[in-house]
Amino acid sequence: MSQYVLRRLLIAIPSLLGISAVLFFVLALAPGDPFSELATNPNVPPEVQAALRAKFGLDDPIYLRYVHWLNAMLHGDWGFSFVSRMDVDKLILQRLPTTLFVIGSAQILALLIAIPVGVYAATKPYSLFDQIANTLAFVGFSLPTFFTGILFILIFSVTLDWLPFVYTTDIKGTGIHWALEMIRQAIMPVAVLGLFQAASMTRFVRSAMLDVIRLDYVTTARAKGLGQAKVIVKHVMRNAMIPVVTLIALQIPAVFGGAIVTEQIFRIPGIGSLLISSILSNDTPVVMAVTFVFACLVVLFNLIADVLYGWLDPRISLR
Amino acid sequence: MLDKELRSMIGQVKDGRMDRRAFITRMAAVGLTAPLANQILALGGVAMAEGASTYKPTKRGGGGALKLLWWQGPTLLNPHFATGTKDQDGSRLFYEPLASWDPEGNMKLVLAAEIPSLQNGGLAADGKSVTWKLKPGVKWHDGKPFSADDVVFNWEYASDPATAAVTIGTYRDIKVEKIDDLTVRIVFNKPTPFWADAFVGAPNTIIPKHLFADYKGAKSREAPNNLSPVGTGPYKFVEFKPGDLVRGVINPDYHMPNRPYFDTLEMKGGGDAVSAARAVIQTGEYDFGYNIQVEDDVLLRLEKGGKGKAVYAVGGDTEFIALNFTDPNTEVDGERSSMKTKHPLFSDPAVRKALSMLVDRESVKKAIYGRAGRTTANFLNGPEKFVSKNNTWEFNVEKAAKLLDDAGWKPGADGIREKDGKKLKLLYQTSINGPRQKTQAIVKQACQKAGIDVELKSVVASVFFSSDVGNPDTYPKFYADLEMFQIPMSQPDPSQHMRRYTSDRVATKENKWQGTNYPRWVNKDYDAIIAAAEGEMDPIKRAEFYIKANDLLIKEVVFIPVQHRLKVEAAANNLVCIVSGWANETDNLFDWYREA
Repeated sequence: MSQYVLRRLLIAIPSLLGISAVLFFVLALAPGDPFSELATNPNVPPEVQAALRAKFGLDDPIYLRYVHWLNAMLHGDWGFSFVSRMDVDKLILQRLPTTLFVIGSAQILALLIAIPVGVYAATKPYSLFDQIANTLAFVGFSLPTFFTGILFILIFSVTLDWLPFVYTTDIKGTGIHWALEMIRQAIMPVAVLGLFQAASMTRFVRSAMLDVIRLDYVTTARAKGLGQAKVIVKHVMRNAMIPVVTLIALQIPAVFGGAIVTEQIFRIPGIGSLLISSILSNDTPVVMAVTFVFACLVVLFNLIADVLYGWLDPRISLR
Repeated sequence: MLDKELRSMIGQVKDGRMDRRAFITRMAAVGLTAPLANQILALGGVAMAEGASTYKPTKRGGGGALKLLWWQGPTLLNPHFATGTKDQDGSRLFYEPLASWDPEGNMKLVLAAEIPSLQNGGLAADGKSVTWKLKPGVKWHDGKPFSADDVVFNWEYASDPATAAVTIGTYRDIKVEKIDDLTVRIVFNKPTPFWADAFVGAPNTIIPKHLFADYKGAKSREAPNNLSPVGTGPYKFVEFKPGDLVRGVINPDYHMPNRPYFDTLEMKGGGDAVSAARAVIQTGEYDFGYNIQVEDDVLLRLEKGGKGKAVYAVGGDTEFIALNFTDPNTEVDGERSSMKTKHPLFSDPAVRKALSMLVDRESVKKAIYGRAGRTTANFLNGPEKFVSKNNTWEFNVEKAAKLLDDAGWKPGADGIREKDGKKLKLLYQTSINGPRQKTQAIVKQACQKAGIDVELKSVVASVFFSSDVGNPDTYPKFYADLEMFQIPMSQPDPSQHMRRYTSDRVATKENKWQGTNYPRWVNKDYDAIIAAAEGEMDPIKRAEFYIKANDLLIKEVVFIPVQHRLKVEAAANNLVCIVSGWANETDNLFDWYREA
């Protein structure tokens, strides 16, 4: 087992190197530079832009810049943002808590909806409940978040005036008041993301349950005289959840990566909005850091999913 | 003519026979109303008026929170590194200039004690220096006194190329001397008619010497205060998250009486213009939103029964179509649009003239810009004193067609006009931006009616406005026949704006397309007018030169002005916000308050 993990970790090194190289070169080849906005300001002579490019090493050949970046990264230096001239790690850490809170809550909401609904629908397939759940699930994942987000804003902020639609990190107040405000402003983004996730996950849970529920051992368990609840929870769910757990593990990196569209709509200062604004302003060090961290997390959680899989299902052996 | 009349009026103001207000009204009557009327007076020997303040509150503070929504939030808070206006806006919350510009283009004193004039000895008669007196008793937020040393330091800091400050253009050609603790003199290397650039307005605010002295030059990025400003402004810095949030709190020792009104300040970033307009105008979550580039009918809909309104500020921004005077389709020495070529179609003035009649400015205003635009015949649309009254525009397809007919451009079998085997086919490019694509469609339609085939092209803004030498789609390369955009006018003076189009500034491969004359238009008369204007200390003659320069650009159809664009902001109904078309939105923040 530990040998397996070690081998997987070693394999991860070249793949991460490859990922970083591809990311870096694609970004370097992208048009524009972080100082292009200066070109439209008649006050700023063109030499300034050239001097800034030289100062930040943007005129060096690409491979040299990549080597510099890699070297610095190995020493734990993430570089600094060209746009805000702040260290990239600080910038990311500033944004991380918000992303974890919002996206994490959305994932939890999705699970809280998907598992009970999926399980219950699978126990009574083609019943009225199942039909309704299915229909809603289809509606849910056919509606993109940028649509539901704006719809929610129109209904709950504009028409009903119940909830704010601009997310602020600094809510005044303390204790209960602070917590309530935090929840109030997070309701819409969490609901938008959570319901979208829940829709597809419900379908997934339901089909995983249906696969298992028809197996002979379930019939045997029922024949032993076990109650429905016990059969479902102890015998069916335990096996049905194996693929679901893998799916969840693979989605964890997304919790760190943020949700670009939803963050933009609700002005949530998370990693997703940092990424999109950095891409738009050609702030290479930030884009590089965010995407690379994301790549590392994907690789890591893939490994964790595999390990978990083996632990949940002892028939699968990892060598 | 006008010249003489003006001169006698200035004389009357000087003698006290005419009051300032009457002067400005008279100027309006002769078409010279001026955001800078006052600067005319200053150089004519009358002190510049300080902008009148409309500030009503009688005590400091007590106004609660002011919530600003910047859909592109500031990413750094050092004015010398500001990559865009958003950073200047954010820095201006805490840092201050010597003076700012009010909505009429008058100067408002901030850190200066008086406006330099010939009378008080502030302005040198030869235009080669200006002396500023500083307000006594001003303190930085950390309690240290503000003095002339700080002002001189900012010049040293910004003019050092190693600092890589974006303000270097303002400071590198001047010298700043300390006369005493509260007096500084700026020395120019040539007569400078527009002296109010350095240390004036939001882009040129002053940072404290005692915190930045160790970080001048190559170490400039490492200064801890780049991200936590200590200024002299009405609000003290509390917190900054790049791109997301800036927070401030009232400065109880602020140097202006009864100011500021608000107790706390918050500037939230992110999102898009439409939802920012919604948050201010419709739901009232925020008090003020900047740069609301949203279609007018959307704004009108939001305003219905809403909690806010759109606010407009008149500046000098002109959306224009530039014509290429070189051939974009022929490559000479690895360079398209080379100076060694001539545009095959535009070398005929009739084609250029006809094109200018095919831009339906009224429809563009009605369908696109609404209240945020004005139709115009001029390239230079402000300050008023520099705006020509000699031009008119018309939209007339028949007349354009006749003009082309007469010049020998006859419709071919496909309906497209041609002459000597050259077809009237044009490539018309601009950046990707809703209003611009709609304008393109309107122009294309009219051209089609007149027998001109127009192909439209739109380029992502980050490419179009970049100076990337390797990219063919940038506006300085101009590998098209027509291109449309605007160059913001960042100060109430046309010199920077107009000097871009002299012959020695043509953008070529040789200068890596860093030349500013992208239409590649070469005209000796224009060069002479600009040279004369730049050395002219007499404000009236100077204004005439710039009017002449504008008229030449229009007569030769180097540019077809599409729209004089206004700044659009969103504000809560009860917020009294002073926004100038000649300054950043936050430049007059010290005068903002809320009506009960």
